[in-house]
Amino acid sequence: MAAYLARRLVESVLILLGVTLVTFFLLYVLPADPVRQIAGRSATAETVENIRQQLGLDQPFWVQYGRYLWNLLHLELGRSYLQRSNVSELIWARLPPTLLLMAGAIVCELVLGLTMGIVAALRRGTVADNGLMIASFVGVSAPQFVVGLLMLYLFGVKLQWLPISGYGSFAHLVLPSLTLGILGAGWYSRMMRSSMVEVMRQDFIRTARAKGLARRRVILRHALPNAILPIIAMIGIDIGIFMGGIVVVESVFGWPGIGQLAWQAIQRVDIPIIMGVTLVSAVAIVLGNLLADLVTPLIDPRIRLR
Amino acid sequence: MKKLLASSALLAALAAPAFAQATDTYTPDPNAKPGGAITITYKDDVATLDPAIGYDWQNWSMIKSLFDGLMDYVPGTTDLRPGLAESYEISEDGLTYTFKLRPGVKFHNGREMTAEDVAYSLSRVTNPATQSPGAGFFGMIEGFDAMMDGSATELSGVTAVDPQTVQIKLSRPDATFLHVMALNFASVVPREAVEEAGEDFGRQPVGTGAYRLAEWTLGQRLVFEKNPDYWREGVPYLDQITFEVGQEPVVALLRLQNGEIDVPGDGIPPAKFQEVMNDPAQAERVVQGGQLHTGYITMNVTQPPFDNVQVRQAVNMAINKDRITQIINGRAVPANQPLPPTMPGYTEGYEGYAYDPEGAKELLAQAGLADGIETELYVMNTDPNPRIAQAIQQDLAAVGITASIQSLAQANVIEAGGAGTAPMIWSGGMAWIADFPDPANFYYPILGCAGAVEGGWNWSKYCNEELDAKATEADSMSDPAMADQRLALWSDIYTKVMEDAVWAPVFNEERYTMRSARMGGADNLYVDPVSIPVNYDYVYVTE
Repeated sequence: MAAYLARRLVESVLILLGVTLVTFFLLYVLPADPVRQIAGRSATAETVENIRQQLGLDQPFWVQYGRYLWNLLHLELGRSYLQRSNVSELIWARLPPTLLLMAGAIVCELVLGLTMGIVAALRRGTVADNGLMIASFVGVSAPQFVVGLLMLYLFGVKLQWLPISGYGSFAHLVLPSLTLGILGAGWYSRMMRSSMVEVMRQDFIRTARAKGLARRRVILRHALPNAILPIIAMIGIDIGIFMGGIVVVESVFGWPGIGQLAWQAIQRVDIPIIMGVTLVSAVAIVLGNLLADLVTPLIDPRIRLR
Repeated sequence: MKKLLASSALLAALAAPAFAQATDTYTPDPNAKPGGAITITYKDDVATLDPAIGYDWQNWSMIKSLFDGLMDYVPGTTDLRPGLAESYEISEDGLTYTFKLRPGVKFHNGREMTAEDVAYSLSRVTNPATQSPGAGFFGMIEGFDAMMDGSATELSGVTAVDPQTVQIKLSRPDATFLHVMALNFASVVPREAVEEAGEDFGRQPVGTGAYRLAEWTLGQRLVFEKNPDYWREGVPYLDQITFEVGQEPVVALLRLQNGEIDVPGDGIPPAKFQEVMNDPAQAERVVQGGQLHTGYITMNVTQPPFDNVQVRQAVNMAINKDRITQIINGRAVPANQPLPPTMPGYTEGYEGYAYDPEGAKELLAQAGLADGIETELYVMNTDPNPRIAQAIQQDLAAVGITASIQSLAQANVIEAGGAGTAPMIWSGGMAWIADFPDPANFYYPILGCAGAVEGGWNWSKYCNEELDAKATEADSMSDPAMADQRLALWSDIYTKVMEDAVWAPVFNEERYTMRSARMGGADNLYVDPVSIPVNYDYVYVTE
């Protein structure tokens, strides 16, 4: 186990290094000049060159990348080109809302997805089953931007049950979490349904029934723990999917997380922020995957890590 | 030396004679009531409140409310009036400006503002280490070049004669100088606060303005509170302004309809425009105003086929501007020259190139290009710009010009324009809104030789040295008696630009914004041409 963990950690560091290299390179070859964004439209060529030198952007790629890594080793993400603030400070301020939103989305997708999946599996072939699977199909396919605006219009404007946008209370969390979680809920309901259908056919379920256990007990104690296994492993991977979704969802709902920060930084070629957010996202994805792999054997002793 | 009084009428007569007739001392709104708080939303986060650095849609008027410069504008107009300067004198040769400061003006930290602060602030903004996007505006001040090349750390042309007097020497007479002193970049900042905050001054701003920053939760909201010691009597009216950032314009409008906010800072989103205007209750609260903006198509005059003036003229005649204006719900007026109608120097009665596809075809035939041309049209990829580009593409196709559309992120279009690799660019979303209300601001960076360099904003790469000389001549007329002559010269310059058909001007955008039912104050404060988008110091609530 310890050896496994050590190997995975080394792999993770290599992956992160690769991510920084690729991102840094893409930003380096991008046909847009961050110095022009800083210098503004009234700048003379002299000013532009001056700023380029101050930021070290006149240096060759490997020098720039080397310096970035050196700073990273000292846990420095640099200062934003346009805001002049510490990138770590900017990300730190926006991380709690993003984590909260992700937690909300995980709850939503689990509650919705599992319930839908179980109900559909137990009523296989009925109208309820078909209806739920169509709903999950829509959840998987609909763009989050559209889902978000529709929900906002329905619950925020028409029914006025929930605030339209903003941050700060539980009520504010509901719509963005639902929007972000609906994609996963769609996937989970389909996975849960097939997993549940599969488990319900197993011998041990028949045995449990034959023992005369109540249907409720058979489902909750015997079927569910087995059917849920593949889903648990998925949650870690979800974090990666969320990282894409938060950019859209945070924009729609005015949620002050790192997705919004990233979007605004990309528009203005604010390289230190883009690098910082990319790195944080990559760390989250790597950790999520690692966690998923570590948790699986705890739930299912048949699986062992090597 | 000519001694001047602090009266804004006289001042404007000197500084911007075009407005002299319209200018008077500002009379406060008799209905204004002090007190109350409002909420304003913006989509983009506020990057910085450092006046030397901030250059965004959302922080421009915020900075104006936190800081002051020597000069200012009459609220809701483009007329200059004195700010921190009480009066000033200009030497006969137009090279020395002596400003007398208002006594007893205090920074938010309680210290009294002095001439040293003015000198420090101008040195700071022109110091390359500050990386100010506005540094270039101060090029007329003596010692600017030494600051730029790093051989000086203080702007030699600026002297604090005594605590209440600042003298600024120019290296050339420049009629735009007083406008430059009214730019945010010329705001007066206290040295000790800047040095204490270092790079974070933009998050801990200290100025002399009508409001001070009370709270800033990164990425969420900023709260401004009234500066009780503000040096202008009676303003600001509001006790508090909350800016909520990260709000999509569509969402902001829904919240306005729900009564949750007072002004959507980004205006009415295009998609919702018809809906709002068709509802009388909402339409009544819409405020419309001109802005110092022109949308245009640049043509790279250094490359075929646009090195031929007939081709450029043909493009001008091919564009159906009325139709393009309809694409943006009529939120603009068709343009026939580079300057917008509200800009001094605009040529009244000039007709430009009328929409005439047949005439355009003839011109192309004369240029030997009857078989057609293939070219590329660069455009920023946010709505409505790609739709506008498609309309331009269709108009061009009708006269035999095949333009493929390159729809890219803003930074990439600006890069291609600066590098001179884009044959045609639709300027929407990028250029040009004036920094200050003077015709010079539409020339040097986007039509003059100075902007026609690698990375410059003159995307046509048009460099006419004769016109540059005329522009310099015009701007050296800093004597107020020559103001009309100066504007006439500018008018000639832009007429010549149109003869050369460097651009195809398409429209001048109008601004449409909305306010909540409880907000008071003249309409022009909500579409203030200078305190863009809202003049926070003078608006108030009625309940």
